[in-house]
Amino acid sequence: MTTATTGMPAEGTATDLPRLLPANGQRPEDWHTHTASYGRIPYRQAPGRLVADIQHAGLTGRGGAAFPVHRKLTAVLDAAAAKRRVPVVIANGAESEPASDKDATLLWLAPHLVLDGLQLAAEAVGAEEAILYTHADRRADVGKRLQQAIAERRAAGSDLVPVQLAEAPPRFLSGQETALINHLGGGPAIPTFVPPRITERGLGGAPTLVQNVETLAHLGLIARRGPRWFRQVGTRTEPGSMLCTLRRADGTPRIAEVPLGMPLRDLLGPAGNDGAVLIGGYHGTWAPAGEAVRLTLDNYSLGSIGARVGAGILIALPPDRCGLTETARIVRYLALESAGQCGPCLNGLPRMAAALAELAGARPRRQTRADVERWAGLVTGRGACHHPDGTARFVRSALITFAAELDRHERGQCGAANPRPFLPIPRGSARTEQDWL
Amino acid sequence: MTEKLLVNPIECEGHGACAELLPELIRLDEWGYPIVDGRPIPPVLERDARAAVSACPTLALRLTRS
Repeated sequence: MTTATTGMPAEGTATDLPRLLPANGQRPEDWHTHTASYGRIPYRQAPGRLVADIQHAGLTGRGGAAFPVHRKLTAVLDAAAAKRRVPVVIANGAESEPASDKDATLLWLAPHLVLDGLQLAAEAVGAEEAILYTHADRRADVGKRLQQAIAERRAAGSDLVPVQLAEAPPRFLSGQETALINHLGGGPAIPTFVPPRITERGLGGAPTLVQNVETLAHLGLIARRGPRWFRQVGTRTEPGSMLCTLRRADGTPRIAEVPLGMPLRDLLGPAGNDGAVLIGGYHGTWAPAGEAVRLTLDNYSLGSIGARVGAGILIALPPDRCGLTETARIVRYLALESAGQCGPCLNGLPRMAAALAELAGARPRRQTRADVERWAGLVTGRGACHHPDGTARFVRSALITFAAELDRHERGQCGAANPRPFLPIPRGSARTEQDWL
Repeated sequence: MTEKLLVNPIECEGHGACAELLPELIRLDEWGYPIVDGRPIPPVLERDARAAVSACPTLALRLTRS
């Protein structure tokens, strides 16, 4: 179950949040209610014209990488002109982080905001086709909802380019940009080696714009309300709002739309000063709760402990759970989700997973902690994608955050009373190539 | 114009020929995969770098200009 709510605005900021999620709470918007709230789609009548607004707004990708959107738009426009190829636009809703639920919630509650943004992005780069790529299994009927939304738009004649729905296999890496391109091209959803960048040579060799679905929803609103409106919330260097998936002690995901720069203390609630917080999901960073509550939700602040906003996942690990046991479970999952293409990832991740399982047990060998640290260093920066890097970041932060727990385990003790798994993991791992298709 | 070594980690199968021919810039990790020094190649090593690139059985190693 997911509940959607609005976060408290940071002190002193003007706010009209929520911007993306329907203000009426849980009721999904159809075409009629959507246009009643937002009006028509403000097409610019020619490619390129929207780019300046997006640049002034300072919109960055909400899929995790926080890459400036105007730079991707410009790269695709430039590549299209240089190669005389019509570009393709892809809305990435393949929310592969098991702990995240914000994209599925957005697509469920406000599909037309995403689809408006997709049309405006297509116009901005001069694309003639658009694809919406999602995990259809993430939420029952989301595919049907999206088909319905697309049909409503066809009936209303609102769209410039046709939108195709495409389904991602249930793999952790299937939302990764090159894996997505590989899959939409008919192959498995496994990463490829860049360069060339997909903005230059993506789907079918065409310059390709891939944007997260939430990013597109923001883009559609900036086109309507302007960059100054967008910057009314957030920080000066990281403007706007973002959707977050918050999991507190009961593990139930809560989706909140909050301004960048919001204090984590307000997001986490009474998480207290003990326990630990996972910032940014399974490629993210563990931090002691006492440290986390002094930070704010922006890359400038989180960067001080080596963490990033990512796709806005914040998880408070309940004090009765063992952080080492949780980390070992997740790293085993991440190792199984490796595409197995690159030697360091293929070899390093299973070894880290096995060693962490040992550290999470009773009386691990002294050498094991050093082994994990060495392997984390060895895999970093050596894959075609960032799967090994993200896994290593997660593992290293666990060794630091749960250092006292590691000592306890070496003495044959464990501080956790509750053995039930806490962090969510999807069922089933890839066994054959079919599982990546 | 300087040249750098770049390994395509998907193509690389860890044959190790590169490390044998260019130990100054390439060493192997504990699984036999190359750890490549990505800094500009010193002129004195350019010939050996080219030899290492040509020797790769999977064409995973290449030179890039920057």
